[in-house]
Parts: sequence; structure tokens; C-alpha cells
Amino acid sequence: MTTDGKATAAAMNRSSAEEAAKSGIWVGIAAITMTFAAFTSAIIVREGTDTSWHHMTLPGVLYLNTLVLIASSITLELSRRPVAARISRREAAGQEGSRSGLLWLLVTLGLGLMFLAGQYAAWRELASQGLFLATNPSSSFFYVLTAVHGVHLLGGLAALGYLAGKLSMAGARLRRSTAEATSIYWHFMGGLWIYLLLVMRTRL
Amino acid sequence: MQEASAPQAQQGHHGPPEGFIRKYVFSLDHKVIGKQYYGLALVAVFIGMTLSWLMRYHLIYPNGKIFGLELLSKVGAPGGVMTPEYYLSLMTMHGTLMVFFVLTNAPFAAFGNYFLPIQIGAEDMAFPRFNMMSFWVTLVAFLVLVTAFFIPDGPPISGWTAYAPLSAVGTDAGPGLGWGQNLWGLSIAIFCVGSLLGSLNFIATTLDLRAKGMTLMRMPLCTWAWFITACISLLAFAVLLPACLLLVLDRMAGTSFFIPAGLVVSDRLQAHAGGSPLLWQHLFWFFGHPEVYIAILPAMGIVSHILINSIRRPLLSAKVIIYSMMSIGFLSYMVWGHHMFVSGMNPFSSLMFSFPTLTITIPATVMTLIWLGSLYGARIRFTSASLFALGFISMFVSGGVSGFFLAQPSIDIYLHATYFVVGHFHMVMGVAAIFGVFAGTYFWFPKMTGRMMSEGLGKVHFWFTFIGTYCIFMPFHYLGLAGNVRRYSSFVDDFLLPLMPVHRFITIAALITGAAQFIFLYNLIHSRFRGKVAPVNPWEATSLEWTIPSPPPWNNFGDRHPVVYHDPHQYGVKGSLGDYVMQDSPEKIENES
Ligand code: HEM
Ligand SMILES: [Cu+2]
Repeated sequence: MTTDGKATAAAMNRSSAEEAAKSGIWVGIAAITMTFAAFTSAIIVREGTDTSWHHMTLPGVLYLNTLVLIASSITLELSRRPVAARISRREAAGQEGSRSGLLWLLVTLGLGLMFLAGQYAAWRELASQGLFLATNPSSSFFYVLTAVHGVHLLGGLAALGYLAGKLSMAGARLRRSTAEATSIYWHFMGGLWIYLLLVMRTRL
Repeated sequence: MQEASAPQAQQGHHGPPEGFIRKYVFSLDHKVIGKQYYGLALVAVFIGMTLSWLMRYHLIYPNGKIFGLELLSKVGAPGGVMTPEYYLSLMTMHGTLMVFFVLTNAPFAAFGNYFLPIQIGAEDMAFPRFNMMSFWVTLVAFLVLVTAFFIPDGPPISGWTAYAPLSAVGTDAGPGLGWGQNLWGLSIAIFCVGSLLGSLNFIATTLDLRAKGMTLMRMPLCTWAWFITACISLLAFAVLLPACLLLVLDRMAGTSFFIPAGLVVSDRLQAHAGGSPLLWQHLFWFFGHPEVYIAILPAMGIVSHILINSIRRPLLSAKVIIYSMMSIGFLSYMVWGHHMFVSGMNPFSSLMFSFPTLTITIPATVMTLIWLGSLYGARIRFTSASLFALGFISMFVSGGVSGFFLAQPSIDIYLHATYFVVGHFHMVMGVAAIFGVFAGTYFWFPKMTGRMMSEGLGKVHFWFTFIGTYCIFMPFHYLGLAGNVRRYSSFVDDFLLPLMPVHRFITIAALITGAAQFIFLYNLIHSRFRGKVAPVNPWEATSLEWTIPSPPPWNNFGDRHPVVYHDPHQYGVKGSLGDYVMQDSPEKIENES
């Protein structure tokens, strides 16, 4: 760790608050990673002790959902520059920035909601096949993993909503770090989902 | 002493608190939150202690009536006599309250919240709102847990480790395993959330809010300990949370993560299929072993901090203490299997867990040697705080030595289910961490309240507690070697009867030692209002908390921006103040490393 660099930065509260939001999000990501590592090892142990492990076919809509989530990461990247420009201009002169940042952000938000709706459709599909939370170990893990991921994604949606709200208000103060932390988290949610899909595809 | 403020005026995270609610209840101030955690731990520790009294009384008078117990539970104590099952309920609550709400809250969350930001020269934690939430979430967890006392069925009987499958199947497995166990699972899950929020704050604050000149190596040892503990806690509670979630689902949604196929409990075939009880043990102890270090590392840091101050010279090596704490934190994730030597897991795995367990004793021993070596020939200032710090070392060594035995599967198979283990963990974790908390309280009380505690009462409290805990927990080792099983509500078998005199001795010691804790409580409350007014730096200490008024203003340093020039170990040097130089003093020190 660069101690001196960090210490000097800390002298100016402004920049250190910026730093804190970013290290905060990385620390949070570490914890979430650990949680899903625990779930993964639970699947492996659980499968290893089971003599009659039922494999299941994942609902096809999940692959569509995956594309939607990947697309949302791209649109979030598209919003990044205009939003950043908007933030720095605010800070300098206080003039209105372009609307395109806000637009892309709203598209991202919409895609995120679409993903969640898609996940719900997947649940409905399983239910119609008679696969519920308690039916067999595979279905249990499927519901648990998708639900816990969904809850974390909701957190990301809330952050996106907050950003969009701030951007649409004329005089609102918005920190660059908030925007960056949100986008790091959102991309992480996408990566996490792809990982989960692989795990579920190969194990459940 | 302070440099003129930095060019940009420091923007506070939040303004001065206004109104009673913002000041004392939903406060964003890390100091108030620290005190709230301390208060919660204090309530929990007195409930936990009372439970231990009830258990100890029952062990020597299995048919003895306990006045008023029937009011708490008609089923559990018909006519005031505890049933064997109710004994286990009380034991579960004792363990859970002590491990989670006392040993995790007091040394880490309470003192860490109060002093970590001050010791690094920050105005508050990085995320004050999360910080407030972490306390209130923890309080909810506490309330959910104690609700178990008041439901008809009583608290669960599964112990603080809640081993599956019995913890997962419901009321068939015994009293308290219905809603009692549900409440337990929910409470611990909620507790995890609070701890995660807290740890996140500690880590981000330490990394980003350090004052100018406060390099990592200039942080006081207790700040280091809190920081490392936060890292451990973040990863450990992130595993306990999903584990509790799966347990609760097994219980309430009919899944079978932990319940094996064909399980018959109370003559009834359980409707679940194919789960793994070992999975719970793996997940639990993956959290559980790091948890014991979550309890002890802050105490190690606090004790090091106080020890340097009372011997008035640096430790042999502060750096090695820091590296040892780091390696303990790292290794604590590789040893969990040593709690599972008799679980039926592959003996080869036992061996694989035995090696790192023996390895983790190395950094612990190194730290002990540094403390002892630094004490050699020192002219120590005997205060209540330093006595408890010395007591900590004593407890840690006495309780830690038995760990070497338990670390070897062949010996542990004999000792696992006996009082030997109970003696081991009470000394090394329970009492040692509590001694750290006592040391911290006597040391920092002046800063936290602006009043001094009574040193006389403090010393009386120390001697009662020190001798008392040895009287209680040393004989446990002997009992264990003699084959005295643990988690039994009474000892009526032939081979146990000859041990009853030892049990009687222990119970008497427990009652006296417990009573002595009221001296502490009295001292705490009385000094809070009537104690001598505390100066800014009563112990002539070097770290930043001693540069600000006692008690500190809401924003800690006022409008100042502390600038740090030295590490906090500058004792035994010539400074303008005497034999020490404060961290924010620009004085030059010769031969400073
Ligand atoms: C010197 C290094 C240590 C070693 C080698 C060691 C080893 C062990 C082993 C092998 C066990 C399992 C015994 C059994 O259940 O049969 C155990 C139990 C335990 N240890 Fe340690 N230990 C050490 C230090 C500590 C420390 C520092 C703490 C706490 C701060 C601690 C807390 C506990 C607890 C709470 C249990 C029992 C949990 C339970 O079964 O309810 N140990 N220790
Ligand atoms: Cu352990």
C-alpha cells in the first residue's frame, strides 16, 4: 500500500471521502464474493454427499437475461463519459450538461428491471414444471442463488435510481465517487451473474 | 502544535447533532455509537453471567429450586426446578449472548468505533449512516434473540454452534427447536448484517481517512488490531450469513441442505432427503474459528497499547506484533477443521487441519514473548488498566497452552466432548477478551466520560476477578482429563460423582467472581457522575485521543487538522513533556526509526 500517498490525500477531506466511497465498494464486493464462494462450496459439498442428485435443465430465458444484463453494463459505460463531464462542469461553473448521460442511465435502469422480470419468468417456468424451492437440492440452490443475486442487484438498481434522480435535478450536488462506485458495483453484479450461470449450468 | 488548516476547509460528514434523538438515539457520531455498543454488551454480559450462575447452581443441586425461575418458564422449570432440557436452553443463550453480543461487540465494535477514528485523526467514520445502521441492526438481532426466552417453548437447546441436523428438523428434536431455533437463526443472520456494515466502515475509514502524516506504520497497535479484525470479520460473517439463511430455509421452507435422507428423530422419519450435516459444521466453523480471533485480536491490540504506556518504553518490536496479528488473521481461515476432529470427517483431513493449527500457535507465541520480553526489567506503572493488561497475558497463556494439546487429533478425540475444551476456550477467549475490555475501560473511561474511575475499586475488582477466574476455569481442565463430559445438566454417573467436590468449588468461585463484577458496575456508574474530573491526558500517553478534550467534542478535533510526526511508541525519550513525545508533536527525536 502506498502509505504516504494515501496519507497526504487524507489531509484533504474532499478527496478522501471520494477515496472512501471507492474502497467501500471494493470491500463490499469482497464480502459478497465471499458469500457466493460459501454458496459454491455448499453446492459442492452437498452434491458430494448425495447419492441421488437430480440435475435440472435451466430455463432458457436465463440466457436472454444474461444478454440483457451484459447490455446494461454497456449502456452504463455509455453514460459514464457524459455523466462525468456533467459532474465536473457542475463543479466548475454550474452550467447544465448534456442529457445523454441521464438517458443512458435510464436505459441501464430499464435493462436492470428487465433482467429481474426475466428472472421472475424463469421462476414461473420452473414452478410450472413442478420445481419449487423445496423440491430437490438442485431447485433449492437455484432459487437461493437467483434470489440472493437478485437482492444484491436491487441494491444496484437503487443506486442507479439515486444517480438518475440527482442528474435530473438541476442544482443537485453529485459526487464523482458515487457515480464510479455505482458503476463498479453494477459491472460486478453482471460478472457475478455470469459466474453463477456457469456454476448452475455445470452443477445443478 | 497544529499546522494551519489545509487549503480547502474540511467539510464535515455531518453537522453538529441537534435535538435529543439525533444526539443520543439515532446518532451518527461514532463516539455515541461506540458507547451504545458498549451499553448493549454490558446488558448482554450481565444476562449471560446470570445464566451461568443458574447453570452452575443447577450442576451442584440438580433438584434445587431456583426462586422465580418458574416465572420465566413454566415448562422449563416446573416448580422452580430446571429440567435438563431447560439447562441446555440456558446454555445456548449463555454462549450465544457471550460470543456474539459481548465478545464481538465490546472489544471490537464498542472501543473500535469510539477510538479508531480518533486515533487516526479523523472526524468520524467513512460512512456514518452505515455506522448508525450497524448498531441498530445489532440491537434488533439482540431483541430477536432474547424474545426466545418469552415464547412458550423457550430458547433452543442446540448450543451456540447449532449443529445440524437436530437444529434443522424442528420440534421433533426437542424443546426450543421450534420457534426458539427460528429466532436464533434469524437473530444471528441479522447480527451478520450489522457486523458486515461495521467492518466495511472500519476498513474504509482506516484506509482513507488517516490524518496527514499518519502512515500505516504510525497507527497505534489497537488501531491495527481493529483494522485486521475488521478484515477477518468481513469475510467470516459473509459466510455465516448464507449458512444461517440455509438453516432457516431448512427449518421454515422445507429444503434439505443439512438434513440427511432417512433421518429418524423421536421415532419419526423426517420428510427431508439427502442433505449434509457436515456442511453446516464446515460453514459454521469456517466462520467460527476466525470468530475467536475476532474476539481476541482487539484485546491483544488494546493490551499492547496500554502496556507500552505503563512500562514507559516501546515494545521490543511493534512491527513484529503487527505482522503476527496479520499472520494470525490469515492463518485463522485454514484451521477450522480442528473443531471437527470427531465429526466423522476423513482422518486425513484432520491431519491437514492439525498442521496449520499448530502453525498458528507460532505468531501467538511470538506476541507473548514480545510482551514478556518487553516487561523484563521494566518499571511498570501499576494501574487498574495495566493490571488487567497483565492479567490478559496470563489468561491468554494459561488458556492457550491447552490449545497445543487439542490441536492433535489423537488427543482431541479423547478431550473433545469434555470440560477440557470448555476450560480452554473460556480462558483463552472468554476471560482473556473480557480482561482486554476491562483494561480498555479503565484506560479510556476518562476520555469517554471526562471523569476518572476509582483506582482503588479497580484494583479490588482486578484481584477478585483474576484469582476467581483461575479458580473457576483451571479445574475445568482437570475435570476434562478425568473424563467429565460437557453439555450435561447434572453429573449422576458413578464415574462422575467423585468429581462433585471440584464442581462445588467451581460453583462457589463462580458466584463470588460474578458478585465481584458488581464492584465494576458500581465503579462505572458512580464514576460517571461523581468521579474526579479527568484531565486531557491522565496517563501521559502519546496517541491522538489524548490530544483532545475529555470527553471529545462532536467533531473530535474541532476545527483543527491533526498532523502526525511520530509513531505512538515514543516513550522513554526526552521530550518537552517529560519522558514521552506525543504523535502530533513536531519535536525532533534522536534516533527515531
Ligand atoms: C494457541 C493456539 C490455539 C490452538 C492450537 C487452539 C486449538 C483448539 C482446538 C483444537 C479446539 C477444538 C477442541 C474440540 O472441540 O475438541 C479448540 C476449541 C476452541 N478454541 Fe482454541 N486454540 C487456540 C487458541 C484459541 C484462541 C486464541 C481462542 C479464542 C480467542 C480459542 C477459542 C476456542 C473456542 C471458543 C473453542 C471451542 C468452541 C466450542 O466447541 O464450543 N482458541 N481450540
Ligand atoms: Cu478454532
